[in-house]
Amino acid sequence: MEPLDRYRPIIDDFEAFIDACERPLPSAVRVNTIKATVERVRTALAEADIAYEPVDWHDGLFVLPEDSPGANWPYFHGWIHGQEEVSVIPATVLDPQPGERLWDACAAPGSKTTQLAALMEDTGEVVATDNNLGRISALRTNTERLGATTVAVTHEDGRNHSLKPFGGEGYDRALVDVPCSCEGTIRKNPDTLEDWTLSHVEGISGVQKGILKRAVEVTEPGGTVVYSTCTFAPEENEAVLDYVLGETACEIVDYDLPLDHAPGITEWQDETFDPSVADAKRIYPHHNDTGGFFCAKLEVPAE
Amino acid sequence: MSDQSTEFTRLPETDEEREDPERATREEVLDFWTERFGVPPETFEGYTFWERGAGKLWLYQGTPPSPVDIEGLGMTFLRTRQEHWKPTLEAVQRFGEHASQNVIHLDEDAARAFVAGEDQELDWDGDWGYLVVTHDLAGEAEPVGVGLYVYGELRSQVPKGRRREV
Repeated sequence: MEPLDRYRPIIDDFEAFIDACERPLPSAVRVNTIKATVERVRTALAEADIAYEPVDWHDGLFVLPEDSPGANWPYFHGWIHGQEEVSVIPATVLDPQPGERLWDACAAPGSKTTQLAALMEDTGEVVATDNNLGRISALRTNTERLGATTVAVTHEDGRNHSLKPFGGEGYDRALVDVPCSCEGTIRKNPDTLEDWTLSHVEGISGVQKGILKRAVEVTEPGGTVVYSTCTFAPEENEAVLDYVLGETACEIVDYDLPLDHAPGITEWQDETFDPSVADAKRIYPHHNDTGGFFCAKLEVPAE
Repeated sequence: MSDQSTEFTRLPETDEEREDPERATREEVLDFWTERFGVPPETFEGYTFWERGAGKLWLYQGTPPSPVDIEGLGMTFLRTRQEHWKPTLEAVQRFGEHASQNVIHLDEDAARAFVAGEDQELDWDGDWGYLVVTHDLAGEAEPVGVGLYVYGELRSQVPKGRRREV
């Protein structure tokens, strides 16, 4: 927990935060509406004697207090997908509409990719990019099991994403859920902080800036970009937004989030950020008894 | 059966448009689903079919320029360039509800054995060959995968990585 001490100045009720980080997190599953309805998933879970609890802000999410998703009928049929509560947030903030073209910039292993496809009722197109072939294999497996027919997978560094394979067309929306230091996953992976170093945080921040900048560039005027991480480090969150505000014409906008959260911070150590980064949301584990998360909504101005 | 190439080539519509004589046409694919499983051709309206490597067909909804060199395009769908074409488990789970023939319904125990990858002796009056396998889930018959029926035996075709003890 030691690396988290640096956040004492920015987190209200820091002791409750640390206590929450020390508690394990139960499994959660998202209903895959490409293949099943919420009602049929409830029935199938009950038939399999799997206890499930609803999540008040999202009717397609269930917490499984005793089981892990995997070896049961609804999983085998691709009706459910193991996905943590906070990980469901960015696709709902992006709010894609049926028939749109999207870019998922860091897509593997595909939880959010398939959620985007489902939100569009498996119409339109989701171009799903990742730079790691092993993780692309997991992405492919998940899109197949969940029955998505609108996902195209590309192997490239998101910073240099090419529009050529698709005839040069830009996107209506982009999801930028970047690789990060993953501090917010501590409840799921208790050893996640063991290899924590400030130089890793600073290094990965450069990659995050490059990917978000590319996403803004390939999104059509009037389009939306969502930036998210599962970490608390301002270097990977507000600092990345501040950089992209300076480099591109995008704006950060406010949005409704039906979960307790804190605003993005505008000062960190000796740096200050653009005041609009306060419209980003920080979700701490003690807020809603979830993992930690960061999510911002950006708009590319119409011409 | 080489999967070395990551290039996807869109299937020609009909025989007249076909340059590679071994490549399936869209028309042949639709005929296959109708003749073997009674799946009406309208089921696949709006979908495009692509070949990657030798014989492996993918189903997608978009229309990128062909050929397209990427890692995935929708879902794997049908194995062609062999005597008996073979649908994938994922295609059957997604489209098998439209099948009206060559569908075998299993009870709970047989369905569990099937998804664990076991072959089993079963009575079946219909054609030998690839069948759509269904079982009851949440009050309805749900397609679960592909079986090969030969010599009085239903051979599970569930791929190794997909098998589960449910």
